[in-house]
Amino acid sequence: MAEKILLKGNEAIAMAAIRCGCDGYFGYPITPQSEILETLMEKDPETDTGMIVLQAESEVAAINMLYGGAGCGKKVMTSSSSPGISLMTEGISYIAGAELPCVIVDIMRGGPGLGTIQPAQSDYFQITKGGGHGDYRTIILAPASVQEMNDFVELSFDLAFKYKTPVIILSDGVIGQMMEKVELSPVKPRWTDEEIVKLHGDWASTGKTPDRKRNIVTSLDLDPHRQEQFNLKLQEKYAEIERSEVRYESLLCEDAEYLIIAYGLSARVSQKAMELAREEGIKVGLIRPVTLFPYPYEIIEKLVPQVKGILVVEMSAGQMTEDVSLAVRRRVPLYFHGRTGGMLPSPEDVLKLLGSIENGTFESADVQGHKKIWLR
Amino acid sequence: MNISDIIKPENKVYAKSRLLLDREMHYCPGCSHGTVHKIIAETIDELNIQEQVIGISPVGCAVLAYDYIDIDWQEAAHGRAPALATAIKRLYPEKYVFTYQGDGDLASIGTGEIVHACNRGDNITVIFVNNAIYGMTGGQMAPTTLEGMKTATTPRGRSHISSGFPMKITEMLALLPGVVYATRQSVDTPAAERKAKKSVIKAFKSQKLKKGTSFIEIVSTCNSGWKMTPVEANTWMRENMFPVFPPGDVKDETGL
Repeated sequence: MAEKILLKGNEAIAMAAIRCGCDGYFGYPITPQSEILETLMEKDPETDTGMIVLQAESEVAAINMLYGGAGCGKKVMTSSSSPGISLMTEGISYIAGAELPCVIVDIMRGGPGLGTIQPAQSDYFQITKGGGHGDYRTIILAPASVQEMNDFVELSFDLAFKYKTPVIILSDGVIGQMMEKVELSPVKPRWTDEEIVKLHGDWASTGKTPDRKRNIVTSLDLDPHRQEQFNLKLQEKYAEIERSEVRYESLLCEDAEYLIIAYGLSARVSQKAMELAREEGIKVGLIRPVTLFPYPYEIIEKLVPQVKGILVVEMSAGQMTEDVSLAVRRRVPLYFHGRTGGMLPSPEDVLKLLGSIENGTFESADVQGHKKIWLR
Repeated sequence: MNISDIIKPENKVYAKSRLLLDREMHYCPGCSHGTVHKIIAETIDELNIQEQVIGISPVGCAVLAYDYIDIDWQEAAHGRAPALATAIKRLYPEKYVFTYQGDGDLASIGTGEIVHACNRGDNITVIFVNNAIYGMTGGQMAPTTLEGMKTATTPRGRSHISSGFPMKITEMLALLPGVVYATRQSVDTPAAERKAKKSVIKAFKSQKLKKGTSFIEIVSTCNSGWKMTPVEANTWMRENMFPVFPPGDVKDETGL
């Protein structure tokens, strides 16, 4: 029987990193995710698995440590929260450009600027649409439970190495801080240096041996023809990711007349609202995107003909509605409910809005926070 | 005696390092980078550590250093080479890791990374080429630009009133307990070059001692950026740079 323990989301990330054979964690303290670094320091995996844990002098240094570690074929990760991720975006662009695998955890807090230390989902644009410079994408996984905080670490490393790309675990301060029961992942040994040479010797800088050419980890090519060819290769990789790696959860969509689309904590709140609505006889389903890139456009598109309206719930001013509207294409009314600045949506408010959508009073509904009608 | 009597293996006293790749360098004629590259290639070859070395190239004129020395490389973002080196060395403690950085890269945008790598005493070697100017971007002021020196962004000469003083980064870093070896060298004469090479060998060897960071500044010329001939640049460097950046060891606790 697998071990099950009570953990905070942030602690689960740290434990999963050690257990999946991570080689190095480099991070800088920032609320609300400092428990990841603290837990790793407390667990001291260096004496056990040999995993290195280092407190960097800044987020800028941390992401560049990740570049160095990833560049020599090691499994490396970092974590931060919104303002810290902003500082890391230069490095993420370089890592994407050098085609290196690594895992970055973003426990979002409210912004802009220093904003608040309370939870938010207001960095959706930053994370899904780039963040740094250049035509690059990252794979993004959005956990909605402490169990998924655990599970997505190993999954992220698998995807990162499969596609040689940074993978971002995008979560928020609530899921980082809340405690739930977690079934820990099985313990996997770290790769030996010999295994790294065998697996990644064709690109990683591990020391040039006579049997191969020197490996150069770089994102630079001054020749525009070659740089364009490289960019096309990157785009083909992203297209392959879009074909193969879309993940979502679909709840009670079979008979749904209304659809909620929400990820992370907003999906947890929305799931409760969906259950309450069904008790009142409103047939509501929920689509929870698990990958934000690649985005599950197809399932939303498929469900559009059967529903009378779609409600997007977010802890932002409506950033994800832009992706939803790409799938909906004005075929059904699209509604939005969002709280920002560290305020959370409540199941009661979402329920109230579902009722108001059904009886045509959405615009005058007595609910705090943003609400928009994208199409009616 | 004809030429074939001279060209014999037993008469050979010097050859290009086998680790110096056979290709044309992009550096301007007269530039110090080529000589510094040669010294590094010879050092790695003589210590027989090619298979254990990982070099980190900077942003600046030496961004393409990886095109010239036959070892594994990583190319860092501007100023961040020490952060890469820290991680690589922590993950591969038995490898030899060095950064190659210029004055804009190391002493301006990358001050945070170099100070903290040195403060942690990471067992890496830092080669710091200081030519007092931004070469690649076209001759702008660097932190090490001398007072009164004209550059593209100090057309009337650098004034400390508006732009501060030339930064003595080697002396600053030598204050940190994590630094085991801090020296300033040049490559303007064969004698200076031999001394610089001895320093580079010592710096690489000191990585095995695990006693801290080894830091080598090479006071260099940028005749293109300084708008001088190579000979004039060497003379100007000796007359103007050396008084501010005097060659010699600032700290040596290697015991080597």
